[in-house]
Amino acid sequence: MAHESTYQPGTDVEKWLDKRLPIVRLAYDSFVDFPTPKNLNYWYTFGGILAICLVVQIVTGIVLAMHYTAHVDYAFESVEKIMRDVNYGWLMRYVHSNGASMFFIAVYLHMFRGLYYGSYKEPREVLWILGVVIFLLMMATAFMGYVLPWGQMSFWGATVITNLFSAIPLFGSDITTWLWGGFAVDNPTLNRFFSLHYLMPFAIAGVVVLHVWALHVPGNNNPTGVEVKDVKKDTVPFHPYYTVKDGFAIAVFLVLFAAFVFFQPNALGHPDNYIKANPLSTPAHIVPEWYFLPFYAILRAITFDIGPISSKLGGVIAMFGSIAVLFVLPWLDTSKVRSMRYRPVAKLWFALFVVTCLALGYLGQAPAEGIYVPLSQLATAYYFAFFLVVLPLLGAMETPDSTPKSIGESILKPIKSAASADNTGSPAPAPAE
Amino acid sequence: MKKVKNLALGLMAVLVAAPLTSAIAAGGKTKELKKVDWHFEGVFGRYDKDALQRGFQVYRQVCSGCHGVSLVSFRNLGQKGGPYYLEACPEGVPETVNCSNPNDNPIVKALAAEYIVMDGPDEYGEMFERAALPSDHIPGPYPNDQIARLANGGALPPDQSLIVKARPNGANYIYSLLTGYEEPSEYVEIAPGQYYNPYMAGDMSQNIKPEYLDEEGHVKEGVKVPYGGVLAMAQPLYDGMIEYEDETTPETIEQYSKDVVEFLMWAAEPKLEERKKLGFITITYLLILSGILYWSYREIWSKLEH
Repeated sequence: MAHESTYQPGTDVEKWLDKRLPIVRLAYDSFVDFPTPKNLNYWYTFGGILAICLVVQIVTGIVLAMHYTAHVDYAFESVEKIMRDVNYGWLMRYVHSNGASMFFIAVYLHMFRGLYYGSYKEPREVLWILGVVIFLLMMATAFMGYVLPWGQMSFWGATVITNLFSAIPLFGSDITTWLWGGFAVDNPTLNRFFSLHYLMPFAIAGVVVLHVWALHVPGNNNPTGVEVKDVKKDTVPFHPYYTVKDGFAIAVFLVLFAAFVFFQPNALGHPDNYIKANPLSTPAHIVPEWYFLPFYAILRAITFDIGPISSKLGGVIAMFGSIAVLFVLPWLDTSKVRSMRYRPVAKLWFALFVVTCLALGYLGQAPAEGIYVPLSQLATAYYFAFFLVVLPLLGAMETPDSTPKSIGESILKPIKSAASADNTGSPAPAPAE
Repeated sequence: MKKVKNLALGLMAVLVAAPLTSAIAAGGKTKELKKVDWHFEGVFGRYDKDALQRGFQVYRQVCSGCHGVSLVSFRNLGQKGGPYYLEACPEGVPETVNCSNPNDNPIVKALAAEYIVMDGPDEYGEMFERAALPSDHIPGPYPNDQIARLANGGALPPDQSLIVKARPNGANYIYSLLTGYEEPSEYVEIAPGQYYNPYMAGDMSQNIKPEYLDEEGHVKEGVKVPYGGVLAMAQPLYDGMIEYEDETTPETIEQYSKDVVEFLMWAAEPKLEERKKLGFITITYLLILSGILYWSYREIWSKLEH
């Protein structure tokens, strides 16, 4: 939230620097004295957790790149060399590979939190859109990173996904050839994926700066969805209140992270990726990493042609559409109430949306046959319907519960449950007790 | 009225949800794997050094005839956590030697010297053969994949360095496969050079004898399609075929399989002991840190009206 700077340069050096480049002031105003709503719950700690994830991935990734060889003949062996001969190489590698999964766990919870509390709504549209950009960049980075060990799933995953571009009319096969740098996934593909995999995290870091900037202009949303009215009553300075709360959440998250790294390091990966890539042998089931499964299910759900659009192109459109729809979400949700805490009906549809996303994840790893196909189609239909039908209509049809007048009031005088508001038969004013 | 409307809107959500949650169970085609209590499982899992040594013996005497362990070097055998790691030198070795260094480990050196590897070119441009050193990779049975296929009826025996990690539930799977060979049922026919195993991925309905198929090629009623599939590897282990130095260890297929799987797990994951030890310390540290941070959080926020 834009607020008056309270920074007082303590030393002569700080005073000198403050006149020339007020970077300490910026940091102080953004991360120390920044007014933050008092009522943020643990769902709001994932922003900080994600920042940690990005740093962990970049640091371990840079070390891994020192020992990795981006060549089809050596990539697989070089990764094994890291695992066996590089000092703590196994640790770097397992932190990096599991770190990708942790990153996605955190980002999905962060996004569901944004959806539930309406954090994408005015005036935070740009903040939300930048978040979706980060998510897209993360997906591209993770996909290319998974190709680098050059195992069977690396190779065949890369083949399946790059082949999707051949569905584009007219230029499809030219684009695919251009992406590959040849006529199949081969050494040039591996090399460019390595180059881009190293580049993109820094692009992510850049967009993260914009994301934080766009957060700090309107300030945090909060579980009530009510804007800050009185900085004194409604907010606390970020430090120490949220540094300590986020710090606690980060430490707990790291326990989960460490449990995977040290005790189940391969649980989230696919055994086939410990087999070196072989273009002549296709695995029985080609499945992406777990965090792509819902999108993979959407891709495979379109098994029918729609007019001139082939089922393949339709699947690609649906898959990219499932992310594209997030960009326009701020204008699809018509509700005047921001937080679903006060939207009794939207809450249920949201719960169904979460279940649908989990179901899509399950369906993404199931074989594309039998009952799984119609189930995927149903789940895909609801995924889109939630954004394109439910949210636009509910804004007009739903009667929201009354929202608290201010954050401070919501903390001190908790609103009674939705039922009591409903029983009065009319939009009740905030209880006065 | 509004309550009814909200209720109806909510009910629709439940109706849409119902079919999504009805998952369908798919039938598995391989037999359920046998489960072994491995030394290396669990938070405090460690390799059993004796089992590793016996497993290496099984590998050398049986498996290595067809399968390589290309990612394992002789020196790895003498590294911490490996089968021949020595903390102190055995008697008779000069005091200046540090036997915990795998390159100076006398067992590893002697073992490596039993193998011949190709080196060169020398100063005359000639390739030459020499005894292996601890730094050499353990030589595989075949110089290239083509010869390997030629020697095995077209099938390529996979490298075993990572095999435990390259199969789902790898340790139990390989144990089950090695101990699971059995006579195929009367309904199926196995081609020469193929061997039946109920744990091998495959589809035995392809091997049903013609007299048990109807005119359309479907399996007749009452004919049970067996689990598993066929592979090009004949049963490799038999009771008593390998003599263990230790008289008390049973010389059975089960024991051989258990030992060789332990060795292969080590070959795939040589840093497992180090990893689990560090993991225990890391998580203990993080739990204490979480506790301190939680207490700090409660303390800092307690001064606040909220």
